[in-house]
Amino acid sequence: MNYTRYDKPPGLNIVSRPVTGEPGPVVQLSGQWTALSLALDHARGGITGRLREIGLQAQHWDLSGIERIDHVGGQALWQVWGRKLPSGMALSATQQEIFGRIALLESQCQSVEYEPEQIQRSDPVTRLGLSIFGFAGQLSAGVLLLGGFVLNVLRLLRKPKLTPWREISANIYSAGSSAMPIIALVAFLIGVVLSYLSAQQLKAYGASTFVVNILGLSVIRELGPVLAAILVAGRSGSAITAQLGVMRVTEELDAMRVMGISHGMRLILPRVLALGIVMPLLITWTDIVALTGGMLAAHFGLDIDFAYFLQALPAAVPIANIWIGLGKGMVFGMLIALVACHYGFRIKPNSQSLGEGTTTSVVVSITVVIIADALFAIAFQGVGYS
Amino acid sequence: MMTDITSELSGVPESDLVIEVHDLCKSYGKTVIHKNLQFDVRRGEVVAIVGGSGSGKTTLVRQILALERPTSGTIKVFGEDISRVDAPTAQLMRNRSGMLFQQGALFSAMSVFDNVAQPIRELGKVPEPLLRDIVMLKLEMVGLPFKHASKMPAALSGGMIKRVGIARAIALEPELLFLDEPTAGLDPQSSEEFVQLIATLHRMLGLTVVMVTHDLDTTVSLSTRVAVLAEQRVLVCAPVEQVAAIDHPFIHEYFLGARGRRALQALPAERRARLCAAALAPAEAVPMLG
Repeated sequence: MNYTRYDKPPGLNIVSRPVTGEPGPVVQLSGQWTALSLALDHARGGITGRLREIGLQAQHWDLSGIERIDHVGGQALWQVWGRKLPSGMALSATQQEIFGRIALLESQCQSVEYEPEQIQRSDPVTRLGLSIFGFAGQLSAGVLLLGGFVLNVLRLLRKPKLTPWREISANIYSAGSSAMPIIALVAFLIGVVLSYLSAQQLKAYGASTFVVNILGLSVIRELGPVLAAILVAGRSGSAITAQLGVMRVTEELDAMRVMGISHGMRLILPRVLALGIVMPLLITWTDIVALTGGMLAAHFGLDIDFAYFLQALPAAVPIANIWIGLGKGMVFGMLIALVACHYGFRIKPNSQSLGEGTTTSVVVSITVVIIADALFAIAFQGVGYS
Repeated sequence: MMTDITSELSGVPESDLVIEVHDLCKSYGKTVIHKNLQFDVRRGEVVAIVGGSGSGKTTLVRQILALERPTSGTIKVFGEDISRVDAPTAQLMRNRSGMLFQQGALFSAMSVFDNVAQPIRELGKVPEPLLRDIVMLKLEMVGLPFKHASKMPAALSGGMIKRVGIARAIALEPELLFLDEPTAGLDPQSSEEFVQLIATLHRMLGLTVVMVTHDLDTTVSLSTRVAVLAEQRVLVCAPVEQVAAIDHPFIHEYFLGARGRRALQALPAERRARLCAAALAPAEAVPMLG
C-alpha cells in the first residue's frame, strides 16, 4: 500500500547542538502530527505526555522531519509554545499555512465576536417561580385539551359522519389486540401469585374456600383494571407521546395545521376514544386470564376443584363489581390517552426532550390512574359487597 | 464512447484509489438498485454523484460508509475491503472519513460547541483549552462566528446547520469527506458561499470529496469528475465537459437542458473549449418555464 501509514506515531527527538554551541537543546519532530495519530499516541502513553514539560525548556524546534501535520497537531504545538511561534524556525509551505491560520485565529479571538453568547442562568427563587408558572401552564393546557376533546365529541354526536373510524380502529388494534399476549402473561402470573399467597394464610385458618372470594373480588374490582391500566400506560401511552413528539420533529403537526386538519379531531380524539373502548375489553381479558391462573394455583395449592371455583365465583362477586371494574377501565384508558397526548404536544424538536417527554408521560399517567382509582374506591365504597 | 472513458480508470495505479467499488449489486426485495456497479475515486478528487431520483445515489454512499450492506460485490476504502476489516481498522477508517448528512444530523441535545467537539472527545482526553482552540478553528474555517457556539441546533438556520455539520465532519481533519446534498435547502447566496467553503477546505486540508448532489451549479463548479448513476450502474465517471458529450437520454435531459447549459457555460474558458456543440447552444434559445 502506497499510503503514508495513518497510525504512524508522532516522533520527538532532543539533540544538543554540537556545532554552533548555542544554548539549549533542539527538539526534532518527526512522523505524523495529526489528530488521529496524536490521539493514538496519547492512548499508548507516548510522547505527547512529555510534550508540555519539554515545551517549557526548549527554545529551538525543528519541524522538517514531520511527514504530515494537520491543524489539530499544529494547535497542540501552539499550546506547548505558549500561543506563539518560536522565533527563527524553518517551516514548509503547508506548515506556514497552518500556523498562519492559527495565528490569525489567535489575533481575532480577543474580540467580542468570539465570546459565546451567555446562557441565562436563574437563581433558586426565580426557578421556583418559573416552576409554579410551568405547573399552572401544564394545568391550563391539560384543561384545554380535555375541553377540546369534549367539544369534539359533541361535534361528532351532531355529525356522526365526521367520526375518524380508520384512526380509531388502527389505534384499537395497536393498543388493544397487540397488547393481549403481554397482558395475558402478567395477569396469569399475578393470578397465580395472589392465589398461592392467600392459600398460605387461608390454610392456617381452614378457610380454603374463601380463596374464591379473595381472588374474585380483588381481581375483578381492583387488580384487573389497575394492572391493565399500568401496562397500557407503559405500552400505548409512551407510544402515543413518542409518536406525537416525532411528528413535531418532522413538522407533520405543522403540516396538518397548515392543511386545516384539526389535531384534536385527527390525533387526540381517535386515541382517546380508542383507549376508552379498548381498556374495558383488555380488563375483561385480564380478569379471565388472572382468574384462570388463580384457579389453577388454587387447584394445586388448596385442592379446590375447578367446578367448585366456577360455581362459587358468581356468589362471591356481585355483578356490580364487574361494571365498576369496566367503568374504571374506560376512564383510565381515556385519562392515559389524554395525558399521553398532552405530553406529546409539548415535546420540543430535540432528542432529549423526546426522551424526557415520554418518561414524564408514563409516570404521570400511572399516577393519574392511581389517583382516579382512589377516587373510585371512595365513591363506590358502599357498592358491590355481598 | 462510454467504455472509452470508463476504461481510462484501469490505468490508474492501484494505491492512488481511495475508494474502489467493484461489481456492486444491491437490491431491496425485488427492487434492484445497483447491478454490477463499478466506481472509483482517486486521492484528491472531488467526485459528484448525479442521477435521477431513486437512482441510488445516497444508497451508494451509505454502502461505502458501511451503513448498509451490499447484496454482493466488494467495496474498498483506503485499500481495505470494508466487509472484511477487523473492528480497530474499521474504527480508524471511520476516523479518517467524515460525512455531512442532508439534514445536518446534528446531535439535537448538544450545543454547537459540543457537536463539533464530540468526535475529538471520542478519541480521548483533550485538555480543555486545546479543545476550545480546535473547535474555534473549525468553526472559523466554516465561517461560523464563535458566538454561536453555545446555541442549540434547534436555534440555527438551515445554512448554519450545514456549516456546523461540516465543522463536525472535518473535526478530525479526515482525508475523505462525503457530502449528501450539500447545497439542498440553501438560498443561492448561501449555496455559492458553501461551494466556496468546500473548495477552500478541499485545498486547505487536501481532502478527497465525494458528494451527492442535484445542484448543477455545484456539480459544475466544484467537481473534478462527475459520476452519472443510471440504469442501476455508474454510466460514466469523467470530467463534466466529457460527460455532457455522451449520448444518453438522462445526460441529455440533465446537462443539455437550458439550466444545464447555463451551468456548463460557466466553466473556465479552457474547459469550456472542450464542451460539445450542443452544450454551447445559447441557454436562452429554449424558453424557460416561469
